[in-house]
Amino acid sequence: MDLIANHISHRFGDLAVLDDVSFAVSAGEVVAIVGPSGCGKSTLLSILGGLLQPTSGAPELRGAPPADSLNPLTFVFQDFALLPWATVEENVEFPLLHTQLSATQRRALVEDALRRTGLTDFRKTYPKQLSGGMRQRVGISRALAVKPAILLMDEPLSALDSQTRELLMEDFVRLLADGGMGAVYVTHNLEEAARLADRIVVLSRRPGRIREVVTVPMTRAARGEAAAREKLLALQNQIWSLIRNEAIDAEREVQHA
Amino acid sequence: MLDRAGKPVKDDTTRRVRFRGAGFVPASSRFGGWIALALVIAIWQAAGSAGLVNPLFLPAPSAIVRAIYELAKSGALWQHLSASLLRIGVGWVLGTAAGVAVGFAIGLSRLARSVGITFISALFPIPKIALLPLLILWLGIGEEPKIATIALGVFFSTAISVYSGVDAVPRNLIRMAQSFNVPFATIVRKVVWPGALPAILAGFRITASVALLLVVSAEMIGAQYGIGAFVLQAGNLMQTDQLLAGVVILSVFGLVVGKVIGWLETRLLHWR
Repeated sequence: MDLIANHISHRFGDLAVLDDVSFAVSAGEVVAIVGPSGCGKSTLLSILGGLLQPTSGAPELRGAPPADSLNPLTFVFQDFALLPWATVEENVEFPLLHTQLSATQRRALVEDALRRTGLTDFRKTYPKQLSGGMRQRVGISRALAVKPAILLMDEPLSALDSQTRELLMEDFVRLLADGGMGAVYVTHNLEEAARLADRIVVLSRRPGRIREVVTVPMTRAARGEAAAREKLLALQNQIWSLIRNEAIDAEREVQHA
Repeated sequence: MLDRAGKPVKDDTTRRVRFRGAGFVPASSRFGGWIALALVIAIWQAAGSAGLVNPLFLPAPSAIVRAIYELAKSGALWQHLSASLLRIGVGWVLGTAAGVAVGFAIGLSRLARSVGITFISALFPIPKIALLPLLILWLGIGEEPKIATIALGVFFSTAISVYSGVDAVPRNLIRMAQSFNVPFATIVRKVVWPGALPAILAGFRITASVALLLVVSAEMIGAQYGIGAFVLQAGNLMQTDQLLAGVVILSVFGLVVGKVIGWLETRLLHWR
């Protein structure tokens, strides 16, 4: 199943946020969206996931989702969006409650998702008892439980410290490798984009337009190797040079707002 | 400065950094409140026993305890208390049920919000006891107008606390549920209700006080039995020990309700 951004534009009142954004995410592909602050990255993701109506254009799906997918387009949120009154396993089970699955089938999916994210021993724990990294693991586990075709990840690591971020990034690489899932990965962190994405969509300053689409010229598995570091750094510098001046302008704009 | 061994080197100018982080962390002592209360009662009792206070104006605690004991022995205490409890219970349940329903409707529906908030804003400030004569006219002179007065008072506070609670449910949780195609009813049951529960329970504390206030007022205006009627009657007869016995019973009732709601909060909001 492919996800297509078809000429998407969006305004909040008089404020134009996105302008004619078009691209496609193929099955199993990871596309990162980067750009200066306020360029509409998260707005674009909300539109792609059907949580926000665009002013014009539309998000579209092409092809059938995998037969076992319970929620083909599934979000992983920046702020984790966990139910604080529910335990880890209840949070993971939450999106399955309204499905036709039996309790046994639900339990099996929850078990599998918890195992894949290393949360099996924390099933009875409440979110407030977990660190930020573990909370995001619960968010990822919940997303995996519904067997998504495409993950929509809205700066999933930005609320975490650098060590936790590094560990979770390794987890993402592993999950995206063995799950056959595609992903749209919104981030302001160019290192994350270069490590995880197959292609990087660079948006301009508000209203966000596509400035460039950069293809990462190596497999995700190869990017963990020492030899790849220089190439990845060069790629990050290339993208940074595209957005640096606009990032400075965007920051000044925020300061004067 | 450190010497080569890593030990601090001190000289005449070496001084401690002054601690500035004290205060603003009020921790209540477990028994402090009870000790203070016992102390006040002891002083009050001593002043009464020493004849420093006219018992007509302020009877000693022992006299109040004696009055409560006499009331209990004669059966009058239960007669008055049961009448008040029945009015509070029925009025509170009716007002709460309607308030929760209307509060959720206002919190979840645009139409209900635009209509409901206008009515609530207009009617909430009215002292509900002022409506008692009108309610007597409508409902007769029995229990109904007193119960309706309490229900009205409870209804408005409950509706406000419920829709405020619904408004306070983090939008990201609702968006999360929508992103998983969770149906509206399940979102209300599994996200909005538990998310609004802290505000709803806080509202219960307020409505319990409102119900107590209104039952006493209503009973003072038109009732033969009830704690309010008893307190008024005792006041008219200058039986201040009995009057204060009624006040103590009201205070104990308030404390018990507070404890019950506290217990509910511990049970239902353990995740906080």
